[in-house]
Order: sequence, then C-alpha cells, then structure tokens
Amino acid sequence: MEQKKLNPELVKLVEEWKGKEGNLIMILHEIQNHHGYVPRELSLELSKMLEVPLARIYEVITFYNFFKLSPPGKHLIKLCMGTACYLRGAGIILDEIKNILGVKEGESTKDNLFHLDVVRCLGCCGLAPVLMIDEKVYSKVKKAEVADILSKYIKEE
Amino acid sequence: MIKSIQAKINGILLRVEEGTTILEAARRVQIKIPTLCKHPDLPASAACGICIVKNKGSSKMLRSCCTPLEEGMDITTHDPEIVEIRRTVIELILSNHPNDCLKCARNNDCELQKLTADFGIKEESFPQFLKDLPMDQSTKAVDLDPKKCILCGRCVHVCQENQDVWALSFLERGIKTRISPAGDIQLADSPCVKCGQCAAHCPTGAFVEQDDTVKVWRALQDVDKYCVVQIAPAVRVSIGEAFGYTGKNFTKKLYALLRRLGFQAVFDTSFGADVTIMEEASEFEQRLLKETRPLPLITSCCPSWVDFMEKFYTDMIDHFSSCKSPHEILGVLSKTYYAQKNKIDPASIFMASVMPCTSKKYEISRNEEMFSSGYQDIDAVLCTRELVRMIKQAGIDFENLPDEESDSILGEYAGAGVIFGATGGVMEAAIRTAHYFITGKELKKVEFEGVRGIKGVKETEVDVAGKKIKIAVAHGLGNVEYILNKVRDAKINNKEMPYHFIEVMACPGGCVGGGGQPYMVTDELRIKRAQAIYQDDSNKQIRCSHQNPYIKRLYKEFLGKPLGEKSEELLHTHYKARPIYTR
Repeated sequence: MEQKKLNPELVKLVEEWKGKEGNLIMILHEIQNHHGYVPRELSLELSKMLEVPLARIYEVITFYNFFKLSPPGKHLIKLCMGTACYLRGAGIILDEIKNILGVKEGESTKDNLFHLDVVRCLGCCGLAPVLMIDEKVYSKVKKAEVADILSKYIKEE
Repeated sequence: MIKSIQAKINGILLRVEEGTTILEAARRVQIKIPTLCKHPDLPASAACGICIVKNKGSSKMLRSCCTPLEEGMDITTHDPEIVEIRRTVIELILSNHPNDCLKCARNNDCELQKLTADFGIKEESFPQFLKDLPMDQSTKAVDLDPKKCILCGRCVHVCQENQDVWALSFLERGIKTRISPAGDIQLADSPCVKCGQCAAHCPTGAFVEQDDTVKVWRALQDVDKYCVVQIAPAVRVSIGEAFGYTGKNFTKKLYALLRRLGFQAVFDTSFGADVTIMEEASEFEQRLLKETRPLPLITSCCPSWVDFMEKFYTDMIDHFSSCKSPHEILGVLSKTYYAQKNKIDPASIFMASVMPCTSKKYEISRNEEMFSSGYQDIDAVLCTRELVRMIKQAGIDFENLPDEESDSILGEYAGAGVIFGATGGVMEAAIRTAHYFITGKELKKVEFEGVRGIKGVKETEVDVAGKKIKIAVAHGLGNVEYILNKVRDAKINNKEMPYHFIEVMACPGGCVGGGGQPYMVTDELRIKRAQAIYQDDSNKQIRCSHQNPYIKRLYKEFLGKPLGEKSEELLHTHYKARPIYTR
C-alpha cells in the first residue's frame, strides 16, 4: 500500500493553524475533503506537527459522526431517518438496503461500491421517505423499489 | 484570605472554606454520599450521577462531587426519593455490565459490587445490554476488559493528565462510548507504559493486573524447583492495608509468610537496591570526575519510566544509568552468586518477586539482558494485591505471624536500600554513597530532606567536596516534562546543565504509590507509606549501601568492583528508541 503523507497544501494549512484554538477540527475537515476519510498515517503526522496526542485526535474523530476512518465506498448512500422519513417508513427502507448490501449503517460494502450512512433530515420532508445516492435524490421510496435503484449503480460497473 | 461558607447539610450547620464540594463538606460532618466515579485521589468527572443531592427550594438534583457548597444552602443528601434515584442509576449501570462477579478479579473488592449490595439490588430491573468488545491482554502487565467498564473516566484521567502517557482515550459517543487506545489497537501497540495507574484507580474489573498467582503456586508445588522470592521496599508498608493497618511496616512478617507459602529462601529487593547504588553511584562519580558520559545522570530503576523515556525522550538515552533495577539485579544474583555459593543448579531456581508494580511484569522480559544469568532472571512477578490473595488462599493469619529474618546472602539491607520505595529515595541513597566515593569521607548526616515528600518536582543542591551538586526528583510521569525540557533546552543551546543528577519514578509518590498496590490510594496514604519506609531506614544501624557487609562480601567474593567486567555483564543493560505507536 502506498504510504500516505500530508501533501504540501495540507502541511501549509497545519503550520498556519498550529497553536490556534479549534485548529484540530478545521484541519481534519480539510484532510477528509482531500482523501475522503482521515487516514491513520496522516493522524500520526498531524499529532507530531501539532503536538497533540493521537488519542485526543481519535477522540475528536470518533466523537463526530462526520469523520471517517476508512475509505468511503464509491457511492455514498444517505438514508434520511429524520422524523418525517422515519414516520413514513424509512426504517423499512434501511432494513432493505442493509439486507441487499450486507452492511450496517456507517459501513462500506466489501467491494467498496457503496457506503451507507444514516442522516437526520435532508430538508425535503414533503418527499419522505428520502434516499440520496451521491447527489441524486430519490423521493417517496418504497421497499420494492430499493433493489432497482441500487442495481443501476451495480450495472454501471 | 479564603472565604468561609456557612450552610446546612441534613440539618447540620457547618462552616467550610469556599470551593469545598458538597461531597467533601458532607464527609466532614460524618455523612457519606455514595459515588462510583469520584476517586478521592482525582478531580470529579461527574460521570456516574450517584452522588446527587437536593437543595431546599429547588427541584433540581445536584451532583455533590462537583458542586461547591454555597452560603446558606440547605442540602439533603439522603431521603427516600434520592435513594430511589440512586438505585435506578445503579440498575442502569448494571444493565450494561456483565453479571459474572463470581469469576471477576475484583470479586469482593469492587466498588460497583459493593454499592449494588448496599442498595440491596437483587434482580435485573432492565434488560441486559452488553458491549461486544474484546479483552486486551497484550501488555502482559495490565489487562483491559472493556465490557466491565462503567465509563467513569478515572483511568483516562490518570493516563492522560497525571501520567501524560495518553495511551487511553474515550472513543465515540453515547451508547457506543468506550475506552481504548486511539483507533482500537491493542495496548501493547499504544504508548502504554504499563504503570498500572489505570488498574489502581478502576472501580470495577475493567482494568486489572495480569494474574500470576497460579504460575507461582504451580512452581511451589513442583518438587524439581527451588523457589526463592524477594519483596520490594514499598510492599512491606502497604500490604497491611488489606488487613486494616495503615502506615505499618510488615517486613518481618512477610519473611515468615513467604517461608510458610513454601519458598526455600526469602530475599529482599532492598539488598538489590544496595547493589544498584554501588553501581549507580560509581557511574555518577565517573561521569562527574572523568566525564566519561554526559551529565545529568538519570535513574533507571522504574521500568515504566524506562519505557516512557524510550518512547518520548529518546534524546535522553545517553543520560540514563545503564544499571539494572534492584529487582532484576537480585534475580540475576540469585541464579549466579547465590546458586554457586549454595551449590544449587540455577536451572532449577524459580525466582518470584513481590512488587508494588504492574510494570515489573513487563520488565522481566523487556530485552535479552533480563536473561543474563543464562536463564530468565525473574520467573514471575506478583504485585501486592496478588500476594494478598495468596495469603487468603493459604489460610494464613498474616498479622499474627511471628517475626522472622530474611535469608543470607541476598537479604540483609542498608537503610539506603529500603528508601527506594519512596519518591526521592534512590537519589538520597545514591548521594549517601556517591559522597563517600567522591570524597572518601562518610557523611555525618545521611538524611536529605530536600528530596523527600510528595511535591511533584523537587529541586535542591547538595554539597559534595565543596562542589554544589544540583539534583531534581520527579514522580508521576506528568511531572517529567518540566525537568527534561530544561535539560533539552540546555543541550540545544549549549548552556550549562541545570542538573547533575535526576531521579524519576513513574507513579505518584514513587513505588509506594505503585499501580499494583492496594486500592483507594490518596496522597495521605502515600505519605503514611513513605513515613513507614523512612522509619525503617532510620531504625537501621547501617544506613549507606557501601557499608553493608553483605555488599562488601558480594564484591569481594563475586563481582570484583563496581562497573567491573562481571558487574557490566550481569548488572547493566542498554536502552533503545521505541516507536510510540507500533500500529
């Protein structure tokens, strides 16, 4: 595996923010934007540069749902479990996705094609239950439609 | 001037200084508020919610561990409603805690179990919801069973704040919260230095010492084994706590006890400490007078400190005394010198050591030099808590045992040897002998008050042949940074070194506060244990290691001279930089 290192842009950012309050979350955001997740090698490097123990960095990464420790799947599934979606059967949709893909929420499929996340409210409660795959929104989703929706992405491969 | 506060607790009018918590104030008027997360040695974390109390006129429950008493408060600590809430909190904790007390290392000595019994909880009121997390036995010193963790945060606090090790952290949040090294790796791959302060402060069986009692019992049963044992200075002044005595020295009863358990010879680690001093004081003399290697010289008796230095202060390796710890020295001497003198096959010797420490379990195989007798120099390490269990298993009325003496030729120690158990003791013992080595004259007064006591960093000067020797003593790894940063700064900027000699012990209070000692330690207890050790020293006719006739005999008959060829081969070791994380 290729040894990951902070690129010069990120190094510059770290140096700029060193010693400033709230820097850790800021920098972790940038790392995740760049890599799609926070690789351990980069956390170790960051720990040395900022003189912040790795344990503290992991406390922050794992506290916030947003940060990921492993590379995300190619397609990001965001299933809304906000109040409206939940009441209109999002739980059934979630079970169906888990069943078909064999993953739990927060996990990626073995082939790394999908990553399943549960989110709270995508801001379109009128379309509940709502499912987003990458940038595409699927509205008023029914259990029977889930396999069809997912198969489009599988066929693309 | 500190303002004083007047308030009422359960109708009792009391006056305390401003800032005193309700929990603490209640104790002063003989009221015990139960708590699981607040350890008297640590700041409040307000995690468990059991110490709640009411203030008159408010329906809000206050956590007494972290709420200061305020002027005019009228506090109720116990009424049926509060008791009911406390019971529910305990029941909720139990719903997330395995129900296997009978098989737990903390059975009968567990804060959660005790509270459950006090509240008379006899059934499961909530369905069990256990964490599915694996055991971690990787360190060979301290085991972590995260299923038993109640998330009080004591271990994380001691690991991060007191010890500055940061092996432990809280990962995730809510129901998924767990304690673990960063990224769910094993403790052996983390910065963990095996000091065991996590285990010493854990209220349940989440962190416990790795148990070696079975291994020792088996050796004692083995007719082909010649079992010998040594006891560390700090054990003699703490073991009494398990039998209701504080600050009492049980040295001679321990000797008797260990013989009754079946050991064929009973030695004292304090003798090993005398040897350490002979070597280390010689090393200091050489560095000071001949400038063989750089000053300051830094002590290396504490394996957690060694591990910490090898990970975090690799630039100090050259300053470390190459001398092994007293316990390892006694181990190698038992399988060489003692074996030869008594015509015993060293292969048959089983050396067990009783230590206040979990890290000593790691030390016995830390590198190939721990096998310098040709065998593993120490076969098993028991910490104080394990010996207490063995006493109970053996059915011995410990406190009423007759006094006995240790066995020659590795048992008789000078006062200098025993003070190793308290912070500053190694320094004081070394100065007593170094003074003699450097000046050829004996000290008139052997006590050095400046290095004694519970202050985290102690800096002082002693006069040796007209030269001011600057010394520093730190205990609790969180206190090391201040001292070593000064040394680093001097090194980088080519300035005069701030010290000639530095002593570091990983645990607060030194070995008396070790991670393998009886539970619920506070500074008050650390001071009592240390006082008993200093009393042992001052009761001794011989106070300095170099005056111990058995030490003189050891060098005359076997080792030759300090730092001589044989000493270097058997009594010295080396250090190497280790990665902080191996995963």
